[in-house]
Amino acid sequence: MNEDPLLQIRDLSVSYPGAHGRFTALCELNLEVSAGECLGLVGESGSGKTALLLAILGLLPAQSSVRGSIRYRGGELLGLEAARLNAIRGARIAMVFQEPMSALNPYMRVIDQLSEVPHVHGGMSRRKARQRALEMLEAVHIGEPERRARQYPHELSGGMRQRVMIAMALIGEPDIVLADEPTTALDVTVQAQILSLLQEMRERTGAALVLVTHDLGVVAQLADRIGVMRGGRIVEQAECTQLFSQPQHPYTQALLSAMPRLEYPL
Amino acid sequence: MNAPDSPLLQVRELRVSYATRHRGRAVRVRALENVSFDLDSGQTLGIVGESGSGKSTLARALLRLIRADGGQIRFHGRDLLGLRGADLHAVRAHLQMIFQDGISALDPRQRIGSILAEPLEIFRPQLPHSQRRERVLAMLERVGLESLHLRRYAHEFSGGQAQRVGIARALIVEPELIVCDEPLSSLDVSIKAQITALLQQLQRDLGLSLLFIAHDLPAVQLLCDRVLVLYLGRVMEIAARDALFQTPRHPYTRALLQSVPIADPRRARARGRAPLLGDMPSSLSPPSGCVFRSRCPHAIERCAQEVPALRRVGHSEVACHRAEEL
Repeated sequence: MNEDPLLQIRDLSVSYPGAHGRFTALCELNLEVSAGECLGLVGESGSGKTALLLAILGLLPAQSSVRGSIRYRGGELLGLEAARLNAIRGARIAMVFQEPMSALNPYMRVIDQLSEVPHVHGGMSRRKARQRALEMLEAVHIGEPERRARQYPHELSGGMRQRVMIAMALIGEPDIVLADEPTTALDVTVQAQILSLLQEMRERTGAALVLVTHDLGVVAQLADRIGVMRGGRIVEQAECTQLFSQPQHPYTQALLSAMPRLEYPL
Repeated sequence: MNAPDSPLLQVRELRVSYATRHRGRAVRVRALENVSFDLDSGQTLGIVGESGSGKSTLARALLRLIRADGGQIRFHGRDLLGLRGADLHAVRAHLQMIFQDGISALDPRQRIGSILAEPLEIFRPQLPHSQRRERVLAMLERVGLESLHLRRYAHEFSGGQAQRVGIARALIVEPELIVCDEPLSSLDVSIKAQITALLQQLQRDLGLSLLFIAHDLPAVQLLCDRVLVLYLGRVMEIAARDALFQTPRHPYTRALLQSVPIADPRRARARGRAPLLGDMPSSLSPPSGCVFRSRCPHAIERCAQEVPALRRVGHSEVACHRAEEL
């Protein structure tokens, strides 16, 4: 039995050259993700949420300087050579992006982009990979999966595209799914559908979910644990119900009181 | 201008369609279908609905930015759709708009001072230069900015500041009606709270009449006196704020409210699965009868055959055959 957490981040600092000198995106950040848990990361623009996800995936811009450590199953990801990193990202650690329209390849049919993952990462034959892709489309509740599979991303609605993104993240059976504002571009009704789907997929696959959002309402529904980010640091970390009932940090308290809510929630 | 007791804005049977191509053939998409409502002076009417429901089309049609196919838009009792040339120009001084993305709604090559002065140059050309400057400064202060911002350009502002400039630009000619098209949706949580508070303050101080288009239902609840729910270009429900949020009568209104995330883990989890399945159907081939029936959990045969008329049920006006029993 491995004692290490699935993902362990130690003293992670990231800075980029900017118009006004170096910009610090992350500052000595510490974070752990355990197998199967849902960790919500909440913060406003510029808090470092996206930089953190990009750092985990080794996708930060080349000019950025990165210090600290990011361990996946005990193995260091920072500084890993591209070939070894490629075996992990997309397969062991997958990502769901905010805007599926720009994250999906507009020139590829849905089935081709989906089956690429098990074909390239899993070494599956093309035919088997396509079969797997169809199963996956069904699993994320896309109606008429065979017809949708032949379509291009622009032919799908926003909600359906996000379902395809989720299918693509899960098709390689990852241990961790990173989701960067997966419902921000969607209508509330479709947001509720996608959150239900993420919850269902977590229960079904047992993958850990790191859910990054600016919306406390979104993490309230899904997260086991919540980290509140501000200025490149995690200012408060707590179990979900506790964070809402007894927020400790003044910034968490301010976020909670600024959160728009319905007077008579249904 | 006309009978003093007529509402500021009366919209009757407004219809808008767009020409487009579908499978190689020229077709017309009906974006708005017989939309009717009133807005009284000093009141705020919220327009809600999913993307594609026709909210922005409604905003543009009201300001005569796109052509309506039919119906009436009476402003102080006078039909806007018949106005041309100088008459239209004169009315436009009373109708202003606040846009969704504050920064891209500002000319990147103009300083804020000249952006704010421009509506006055166009609609109040007789105003002496000194008074124009005074008005710009007063308005800047009213929206929480300072005179040092006058010489800056749009790109030097944050999203929240740019939205403040957009609000100031709309208010500076003292319009009688302001159409706000999703003014909060591109802002962060804390900035959204600030801009919402600013709009509330301005509503109180200036007695503004607003048409507030949003999909952010909590903000609608804070800012609006009445709410109109659109779906596929049709009015589903109109009601006073409290009636709509406490006792929604239309299944679509209820589904919208049930989709709003709750910042309370226990209640959020108790709520269960998403209330609505699937997406809004294409307006190229809307369902027969009630357009909402293809996603409605309560649809019966009658819903496919008859278009439900908007009628009074409780404190709402609802277009649903089953509003009483549900």
